[in-house]
Amino acid sequence: MTTRASVVRVLMILTSVAVLTVFLLLPLAVVFSEAFKQGLHAFTRVFHQAEARSAIWLTLLVAVIAVPVNMVFGVTAAWLMARFEFRGKALLGAFIDLPFSVSPVISGMAFVLLFGAQGWFGPWLIERNLGVIFAVPGLVLATVFITLPFIARELIPLMQAQGSEEEEAARVLGAGSWQMFFRVTLPNIRWALLYGVLLCNARAMGEFGAVSVVSGHIRNLTTTMPLEVEMRYNEYDYVGAFAVASLLALLAVLTLAFKALMEWRYRHELAAGGIHR
Amino acid sequence: MKRRVLPGFGLSLGYVMAWLGLIVLLPLAALVFKSSALAPSGWWALLSSPRTLAALRLSFGGAMLAAAVNVLAGLLVAWVLVRHRFPGRRLFDALVDLPFALPTAVAGIALTAIYAPEGWLGRYLVPMGIKVAYAPLGVVVAMVFVGFPFVVRTLQPVLESMEREVEEAAASLGATRWQVFFRVVLPLLLPTLLTGFGLALARAVGEYGSVIFIAGNIPRLSEITPLLIVEKLEEFNYAGAAALGVAMLVLSLLLLLLVSLVQRASRRWELPR
Repeated sequence: MTTRASVVRVLMILTSVAVLTVFLLLPLAVVFSEAFKQGLHAFTRVFHQAEARSAIWLTLLVAVIAVPVNMVFGVTAAWLMARFEFRGKALLGAFIDLPFSVSPVISGMAFVLLFGAQGWFGPWLIERNLGVIFAVPGLVLATVFITLPFIARELIPLMQAQGSEEEEAARVLGAGSWQMFFRVTLPNIRWALLYGVLLCNARAMGEFGAVSVVSGHIRNLTTTMPLEVEMRYNEYDYVGAFAVASLLALLAVLTLAFKALMEWRYRHELAAGGIHR
Repeated sequence: MKRRVLPGFGLSLGYVMAWLGLIVLLPLAALVFKSSALAPSGWWALLSSPRTLAALRLSFGGAMLAAAVNVLAGLLVAWVLVRHRFPGRRLFDALVDLPFALPTAVAGIALTAIYAPEGWLGRYLVPMGIKVAYAPLGVVVAMVFVGFPFVVRTLQPVLESMEREVEEAAASLGATRWQVFFRVVLPLLLPTLLTGFGLALARAVGEYGSVIFIAGNIPRLSEITPLLIVEKLEEFNYAGAAALGVAMLVLSLLLLLLVSLVQRASRRWELPR
């Protein structure tokens, strides 16, 4: 009986490891292998090209705008959802989650229908010579939409679990609103906030579908790194595509490593759930 | 109502509502409005065309198949990660989130490099008659990849908090291993498995980046609905694209509603807490 049980256990572990290796580890390995297929020189040459550099800068620019915007939104929304009861709260929560269940392509298209030449505000923008679609503001807007729930979803369950006693005590003892926020609330949620920022950033830098619809794929102007990967791949520049992709894969690996480290170190300060709910 | 001790209710409510209105509701309103520019006959022509029907069938059918695969694989992986100790467990546990962190375009070209006829696995699979890349199967493989973490991650906390006494009681009353699993464990996990199924499904239906590279995008064979939307946008057929988007949103909302109804029904097996 025990021998059969342990055979089953070993089989289960081996199957799981095989599934994880083939489905997850192999795609990661292939990115780096293809990027260095023609040697280190071919790899580094990619990053001397203006297109690749501009794509990297644009990706950083979009993330530098979108992540703080969602940080402010996430903290405020979590404060609202975790500290107050009001009518329509469940509905508001559903709206915060909505970008998770809308296809990225549909999200991007919605912004085209708002700000594109045929869109609601299109003529107004054209008159003033302002570009949103096929320009950087459109990339930022689409990215903000896609990553909107990330930080809020990480903070809400944690703040609900923590309760508001500490904050109420601070208020009773005479702390001002901002004093309470910076001395009590923020220190209590800092690790979950960092965690949310990390996941939000990974998605912001890697977003493809929504950004691809609003970008217009103009080289050196509106191509972020994921779009640069696509264009090089479609032009059969495989080493170039995988070289740029390897930077994004590296970002993903670093994000995962940091995430694992934080989960291990600050397990009790991160609420269960978050993004996966 | 109780007087509020904590500050900022009005400010945060106003800001969150205004921001959601601007960033989320306004664009989606524009989408619905634009789709209404299409006359009923236009809707019918769009939704009954063989190409649209094939794309919707692939998007929703493929996503359901992928979510089902994820339920099976996710149950196994979550079980092993929670219940067993083996070298490298923590590494594999961290690896589960890779599809969340890896940009979809990167996943797309990586999966293609693996399953293409010359690829790492493709060179063995294609001679065996299994065509993954540039075929509907490739779409499902990409959808399994992007949805993989959902089932594992929803299942893990539930498995961790599940009391082993229940299983031990069943075993001590003479149940075999399989009986314990199918009669005790599985009914307890069913609501969570359905949550994971719904999340993986929602993600896979709308997925674009990881699918388009491996799919080959052959109309009526391996073309997904989001790609059809992109093609309509490129032809400046905005009303058609918007209508297809609205149809997709309505279909996925209905599907998720159905999943949550089944889930509610399955909760009757849960133990009273």
